[in-house]
Amino acid sequence: MSIQVDHVTKRFGTFTVLNDVSLHAQAGELIALLGPSGCGKTTLLRILAGLERPDQGRILLHGIEVTDQRITDRRVGFVFQHYALFRHMTVTENVAFGLSVLPQAQRPSPDKIQKKVDELLSLVQMRAMADRYPNQLSGGQRQRVALARALAVEPKLLLLDEPFGALDAKVRKELRRWLRRLHDELHITSILVTHDQEEALEAADRIVVLNQGHIEQTGTPEEVYENPATPFVYQFLGDVNVFHGRISQDRPSHDEASGQPPPEADASGEHEVTFVRPHDLELSLSRTTPTQLEAAVRFVITAGSRVRIELISKDSPQIISVELTKERYRDLKLQQGDVVFVHPKQLQVFKMPGPSSV
Amino acid sequence: MSTEIAARVKNEEWKASLTSERALVRWALIIAALGYLTLFLFIPLAAVFTEALKNGLESYFASFQDPDALAAIRLTVLAASLAVPLNLTFGVAAAWAIAKFEFVGKQILITLIDIPLAVSPVISGLIYVLLFGAQGWVGPWLAEHDIKIIFALPGIVLATTFVTVPFIARELIPLMQSQGREEEEAALTLGASGWQAFTRVTLPNIKWSLLYGVILSNARAMGEFGAVSVVSGHIRGLTNTLPLHVEILYNEYNAVGAFAVASLLTLLAIVTLIAKTMIERKTASSRSAHDPAWSTQPGSPS
Repeated sequence: MSIQVDHVTKRFGTFTVLNDVSLHAQAGELIALLGPSGCGKTTLLRILAGLERPDQGRILLHGIEVTDQRITDRRVGFVFQHYALFRHMTVTENVAFGLSVLPQAQRPSPDKIQKKVDELLSLVQMRAMADRYPNQLSGGQRQRVALARALAVEPKLLLLDEPFGALDAKVRKELRRWLRRLHDELHITSILVTHDQEEALEAADRIVVLNQGHIEQTGTPEEVYENPATPFVYQFLGDVNVFHGRISQDRPSHDEASGQPPPEADASGEHEVTFVRPHDLELSLSRTTPTQLEAAVRFVITAGSRVRIELISKDSPQIISVELTKERYRDLKLQQGDVVFVHPKQLQVFKMPGPSSV
Repeated sequence: MSTEIAARVKNEEWKASLTSERALVRWALIIAALGYLTLFLFIPLAAVFTEALKNGLESYFASFQDPDALAAIRLTVLAASLAVPLNLTFGVAAAWAIAKFEFVGKQILITLIDIPLAVSPVISGLIYVLLFGAQGWVGPWLAEHDIKIIFALPGIVLATTFVTVPFIARELIPLMQSQGREEEEAALTLGASGWQAFTRVTLPNIKWSLLYGVILSNARAMGEFGAVSVVSGHIRGLTNTLPLHVEILYNEYNAVGAFAVASLLTLLAIVTLIAKTMIERKTASSRSAHDPAWSTQPGSPS
């Protein structure tokens, strides 16, 4: 089922949670709503589910307006961050709930319900736990039961509100891969709300980056990661070094690092800010071009697949993060206090409003 | 194996020693507490039964053969059986509204629920006399239409209901607040109607606390003296509840009768306490089964 969010605005009191948000999802897509806490992503999801009502704008599911439709009639599966399993029911009873509350005429026979529950529990690999109560399950198991429960009513749309947010890192990783495989199998249009950029990048077909109630960028994981449209997206998706002013391969103008005053704001009152990812910075032990930034090694973290190095710029107190491969790090033989020269392989310059005091 | 147990015992002792006092202080505190309880609880309790049985079992049971005593028992049970369901309905509705929704005047409602605990029961009774009594605001109108509230069953039920308003609501509000709204929301997204969500999700989650509130409320309804005394009119065999009947018997120097009837109320109290303890155990075990697992979810941003 396709989803259309049409100029939706939502306020809580005087606080605007969603400001004129429009969004389209095709049938069978898995879309991640990505953003920091309080950006409005959960509110948008709850509006889609019918748990909240937008102040302005429309929601269309499969081309039909449902803005004023009741939750019960929307046939939307909702998975909560804290599972919201019925604590007094067993796993089986939880999964069967959606079928057992159907009007008598539509309700399947108890045998059929049991069969359906068994199928779903096999799908989420929880059949062995059918008679347990939620409190006897781990967080990951509970969330799989919650997913099975949501799928039992054969929703046309699956909404997941930070489904793995309360789980530890390892389980989270496993579950999001599992969710992706499940989605490829079932092809239910799904919306995944998350503040974890890795989760969004790995699981989603498309990512919608939200910030302070508006959409910053929409695109495939590759697009938003490789070509962030705004400074916010750049900073939110992965680590980044921010340089005020412009640094480049051919001009020695790293203003702050070179101790010069920031560039004059141009007529529009904007100034330029350069963003470079830590792995897009190259280090060398001697100056090869005059534009290279001189810095000293402050800190080296070798644990992990890549080596992370913190540098402190020679001319300013700015900290620069660099990520190197293990091989490169061994070649350089860096020690704390060593002087290195920094050179960006790839960078992006944004114009920011106001004077350069970010 | 035994060394492991010994080590565990030692560990427990060590843990206890961290927070415990010296033996002398400990015993002094225990004796003080026991003495206090004996003086104010056990002796009066024993006195009720000794006085009631002073002239033997025969006269004890004879006290209940009296038609006025039987009428008082009937009236007490009737009043409680009307007041408790009223408060059950109101208490659940109020707790549901307060715990699950935000609305203007919520704090005022919470305060209002506590009023019966704050005012003297006699005043609670007087309020109804002022409203419905012969000289009250609607008294003349009621008299015209031959409706009796004061000095009749409706007045007794009203007064009883008023003083027992807080018990069920106060029991439920914190529980329902801690349980939040998510389970109901989940039920709604799964296609349940509001009523189905309430009966199949909300009620099972609060049933033990609800029962606990009902028992406390019932005990108070049956034992209420002050408010009922004001509105009842003390008409023997008609508007006398058990506590009022005790007073009348006592004022007539019928000590055995008074204490015999009082022992009924005392027994009710003991049964209530036993039921209360059992329910507390039940909720404690169901909470310990749920809550630790429920609360170990690491907090995470939303």
